[in-house]
Amino acid sequence: MNNVVIIGNGVAGITAARHIRKGSDARITVIGSETEHFFSRTALMYIYMGHMTYEQTKPYEDWFWIKNRINLLFDHVSGIDTEARLLRLASGNAVGYDTLVLATGSQSNKFGWPGQDLDGVQGLYSMQDLRLMEQNTNDISSAVIVGGGLIGIEMAEMLHSRGIEVTFLVREDSYWNNILPPEESAMINRHILSHGIRLRLSTELAKILPDSAGRVRAVRSSDGDEIPCQFVGITAGVHPNIILCEGSEIATGRGILVNEYFETTIPNVFAIGDCAEIVATDGGRNRIEQLWYTAGMHGEALAAHLCGERKPYDRGILFNSAKFLDIEYQTYGYVPPVLDDVQTLYWEHPAGEQAIRIVYDQRDVVIGFNLMGIRYRHRVCERWIAEKKTVPYVLEHLGEGNFDPEFFVQSEQCLIDLWNRTHPERTLQLHRKRGLRRLAPARGQKKEMMA
Amino acid sequence: MKAMQIQIPAELRGHSYTESPIRKIGLALFGVGVLVFMIGATGAFASIPLLYSMLSLGVGTIGALLAILPGIGARKPGINHDGIMFSPWKNRRSVAWLLGILITAFYVTLYWFPSTLDHMVVAFDPLSWPLRGKAADRWFLYGTLYTLAVLIMGVRMLIKYRHSRYQTIRTISVMFFQLVFSLLIPGLLQLFNEPEFYFHYFWPLKYDYLFPSKLSSLFDGTHLAVFMGFWTLVMAFLATPVLTYFYGKRWYCSWVCGCGALAETLGDPWRQLSDKSLTAWRIERWMIHSVLVFAVVMTGLLWLNSAMEGAVLGGLSRGFSRTYGFAIGAMFSGVVGVGFYPLMGSRVWCRFGCPQAAILGIIQRYFSRFRITTNGEQCISCGNCSTYCEMGIDVRAYAQRGADIVRASCVGCGVCSSVCPRGVLNLENGPVDTRNI
Repeated sequence: MNNVVIIGNGVAGITAARHIRKGSDARITVIGSETEHFFSRTALMYIYMGHMTYEQTKPYEDWFWIKNRINLLFDHVSGIDTEARLLRLASGNAVGYDTLVLATGSQSNKFGWPGQDLDGVQGLYSMQDLRLMEQNTNDISSAVIVGGGLIGIEMAEMLHSRGIEVTFLVREDSYWNNILPPEESAMINRHILSHGIRLRLSTELAKILPDSAGRVRAVRSSDGDEIPCQFVGITAGVHPNIILCEGSEIATGRGILVNEYFETTIPNVFAIGDCAEIVATDGGRNRIEQLWYTAGMHGEALAAHLCGERKPYDRGILFNSAKFLDIEYQTYGYVPPVLDDVQTLYWEHPAGEQAIRIVYDQRDVVIGFNLMGIRYRHRVCERWIAEKKTVPYVLEHLGEGNFDPEFFVQSEQCLIDLWNRTHPERTLQLHRKRGLRRLAPARGQKKEMMA
Repeated sequence: MKAMQIQIPAELRGHSYTESPIRKIGLALFGVGVLVFMIGATGAFASIPLLYSMLSLGVGTIGALLAILPGIGARKPGINHDGIMFSPWKNRRSVAWLLGILITAFYVTLYWFPSTLDHMVVAFDPLSWPLRGKAADRWFLYGTLYTLAVLIMGVRMLIKYRHSRYQTIRTISVMFFQLVFSLLIPGLLQLFNEPEFYFHYFWPLKYDYLFPSKLSSLFDGTHLAVFMGFWTLVMAFLATPVLTYFYGKRWYCSWVCGCGALAETLGDPWRQLSDKSLTAWRIERWMIHSVLVFAVVMTGLLWLNSAMEGAVLGGLSRGFSRTYGFAIGAMFSGVVGVGFYPLMGSRVWCRFGCPQAAILGIIQRYFSRFRITTNGEQCISCGNCSTYCEMGIDVRAYAQRGADIVRASCVGCGVCSSVCPRGVLNLENGPVDTRNI
């Protein structure tokens, strides 16, 4: 590995580059055509809303790349020749490699709706999309969002922040209920409406209607309504961006097929992040992991592998987070959307914008947490799950998990009360309140200082 | 559905309450108040102080509150930074420059052309007489305006952060200390012929409190004055290190201090302007510690001088303290510190120039139980924390690698924690050796 070339300067590619640099002296080149420097995709919405500028979304200052000898190439790869180990670039140049890492990310789904290519209709994934959205939504008064996932609600919030009236079409009968259990999902439904966003559940897009200039004029929904709008946000999920592999020897399925070492079917070619489809070894379903967190983990794992530490990728105990307008969401471990096969303890604040859910199995072992509008400690929840702690233990120690700021009202006692009401034979007592005690150092404590 | 379709300039869209009629009336009244106040400089109101006071300060205050209060109904409680980067007055554009010039001009007038204010101070007589038993002067004018700014913009903070108990309690604290410890107590002390004394300012911020002349005058005075002398010594040498050990420098900088009070209230709209670059951090470290050395040397010289009966160092030490008073006290903390709020953010003085912050920072960095904890791997590197850090700390650089934030400059305002969309940051106190640096 003397000459590593990474295609894609998103979080997966950049994390790989940074960690390869830490572990080796290889020549590293990152080719990206989205922006010249790495920026945080998660902050796209904040640029549009005026919370941050593009400059502020860059996690590293520009000197960082020079100092760490990570060569950035602002160009677009138009073809891969795995035989000659050569990349063709849109600028006409060519770049050779010993080791190639594909980190090309995702593309927005479009499901062949009539009118989906009209002016004023778009998804939101890249900086280019954001610029287009800026143009498309300049001086408009109403918009329709199609697809009830995380990008959908972000786009709704973005448009809403500019005083644009938003109608939010969600196919499911409750927001994001293929991930969230019913109560959490219902909470977000209410919250969306309380912000003045017109949430329409069980409603699909039938057709996008043009005006005489070929711009969107209205949307026809599955129930026959015509909703006037000047902008349509398509947020029906994303799929791996594998265009580059078409016509190459690299095998693809839905994504670029890789094993648990991120090796593709071609030697010395790897794929990480959103674009990779990790082939299941246990006969289960192949995995495509499209999270910010997993992209970074892929990059780090691949870098370790390339630097000589061969061990299979292990995602560890699942975690994720999001923010639905004002409601923060954290999840740890396994919380299925349908709770029939697990047991669960759910507390919700009477005001309806905070909740804690603990999920446990038949033997009372805790397997997951959902937190709505309340912050919990990642390491503590992870440790409880890893150590297979039982519900009574977790409840009695629940204060340790709380990560809300000082003076915030704590709700742990409410969960204890809830449990005690249903388990009079085994009443519990909360051992301690929030605060920092000697928390055992947890798995994978990241300590990486490069700057 | 809220009425959201008003046509407003593109750069202001998102601030749905910008165009609320009450807000407009409020801004107009505020303008009237300021105008009347300035007209007073001509002496037009010299004989009618109460009316002058009501028309300028009263109308201005009511106007400002009317402009602020509609914020409650404009949006549900929660972080609202919509449109800040497009705003002409919050992002170093036209209005920001104008405001910067105006505030700077005010400080220049206050320090070097005080006679301009001669007729304006009468607006403060109706408060000064009952409080202090004497007519207002330019420092009373300054102190009262300062307090008004903290209180009015404090109300704005309370509305903006009404979802956060930490921010609410902290804001009430700075408002309380400004009103009571900066304005009322020193005023009443003068009424009762005691030394004008600020119990919440200590050496080296209030550098002259440890000067030999000041201390000896306190210890030679009334019982209360002697108490002030002890207070000065105890706060500077005992309470400051102990409190900072337990709670970090925030117990002072963002809960008590008057400079902090102004920064956290009046300065809040500009907190995002602080420079986050590594270069700025390098400059900061050199500058603030130089000021500290300057303050310590000056105080030491004065004591040496006093011990040697002023024989040798007399002229030198006086010159030294005068230079310090001008360069640091007036130029840095006033003109640059506040005048440049709209251009360089609200904590220029606290970050680059305050010797108190320097000492507290050293304690915080090396010996304190305080840190900002990062929550596992939940950081998404979005950068809201760094953007809204008024001290110019690149919080994200720590959060994204799972490290705690232990920085000398952190004043513990808690805004990084408030703005984090993933609940990653938390201000915590715990055993010093558990800081994950």
